[in-house]
Amino acid sequence: MDEKPGRIVLSEEQKRSRRARSIAIAIALGALVILFYVVTLVKGPAVLNRPL
Amino acid sequence: MPDLPLLRAESMPPMGEGAQFAASSAASAVCGPSVASVGDYMALMKPRVMSLVVFTALVSVMIAPGHVHPVIGFTALLCIAVGAGAAGALNMWYDADIDALMSRTSSRPIPRGRIAAGEALAFGIVLAAFAVGVLGVLVNWLAAALLAFTIFFYVAVYTAWLKRSTPHNIVIGGAAGSLPPVIGWAAARGSLDGRALALFLIVFLWQVPHFLSIAWIYRDQYAGWAAVTGGISVEPCLLFLIIFFWTPPHFWALSLVRTEDYARARIPMLPVVAGAEETRRQIMRYSIVLVPIGAAPWLLGYAQAVYGLTAVVAGTLMVMFAWRVRRNRHGACAARAAHHLFGFSILYLFVLFAVLLIDARVGG
Repeated sequence: MDEKPGRIVLSEEQKRSRRARSIAIAIALGALVILFYVVTLVKGPAVLNRPL
Repeated sequence: MPDLPLLRAESMPPMGEGAQFAASSAASAVCGPSVASVGDYMALMKPRVMSLVVFTALVSVMIAPGHVHPVIGFTALLCIAVGAGAAGALNMWYDADIDALMSRTSSRPIPRGRIAAGEALAFGIVLAAFAVGVLGVLVNWLAAALLAFTIFFYVAVYTAWLKRSTPHNIVIGGAAGSLPPVIGWAAARGSLDGRALALFLIVFLWQVPHFLSIAWIYRDQYAGWAAVTGGISVEPCLLFLIIFFWTPPHFWALSLVRTEDYARARIPMLPVVAGAEETRRQIMRYSIVLVPIGAAPWLLGYAQAVYGLTAVVAGTLMVMFAWRVRRNRHGACAARAAHHLFGFSILYLFVLFAVLLIDARVGG
């Protein structure tokens, strides 16, 4: 398929930085999931029972 | 607080100029897809400032009475660190215009064109929301509210208002840097007595000498409420005060050697507005006041003699470094003395909190 006119083509540096940023976001989100999981284990049923 | 002349409003950049610059730079400085690296985003979070914030909060979490599960303590510190990073990113977003004018800050990601201002703004907001939300859900909402207030104070009160409008900027704005130990304490203890909070806010607004006298007069009630309710007691207030009084000599020492930078950026730092001589006098005064404040945890019976001795010796050294700044007024000697005071002030805070932590672990 022909490339659409005006479409942005990323340079190699832009692609590398985007990939690095995507990996960092994935690691951060993964760490957040693990953190919530571990805290749930630590708190047990009390995780839902907290003063507001 | 010293009586210093406030700058006339017409001599200062209008409010929001930083944000306007930020908005325009988003369209001009960084066009097209971003080339920002992960390191650029890390730099946006002011990692050196963050490390001191985390350390003071860590000490507070460790010395707070009661048991905190290590995972919960770690989560609290992580959220405080991310919250501090968010505040740093929002600060860099707003101050992009003046950062570009000063040699110390011109290599930051936004003035260097690595990150668009809009990206920094979004990054800061997302981080702040995550830090406050996660701290609230996983630790407690008191600590989360304090963290949200700290970020708001640093960005809206200090960065957007005080920094460009008064030479008192870092004195009052220093409250933001003083709050992490209070957040750590709240994270560890989990609840807050309403009366203690009200008194805390009153004394905070009432400023320096009033804070000390009220804390002294009502120390028994504070301690009593804390014992009954598990709320904030005198100890985190003392930690707050130590950092609060430490901030002016720390930053004014830096501003003495960066006066031209600040003048170019039209930031009313004390040396720009009141001159180097007045700044040296104020550094001396705050350093002297810092000695008894630093020793207060020992004087009030919250720490042992080892801490007291360390605080007195470190405080005396701080006064000596301030005295050298006062004496050396010209040329390379003056710059060296200011650099030495700036460097020692960082060591001072680190040593005091480290010894406080060891004291609590060994003695408590």
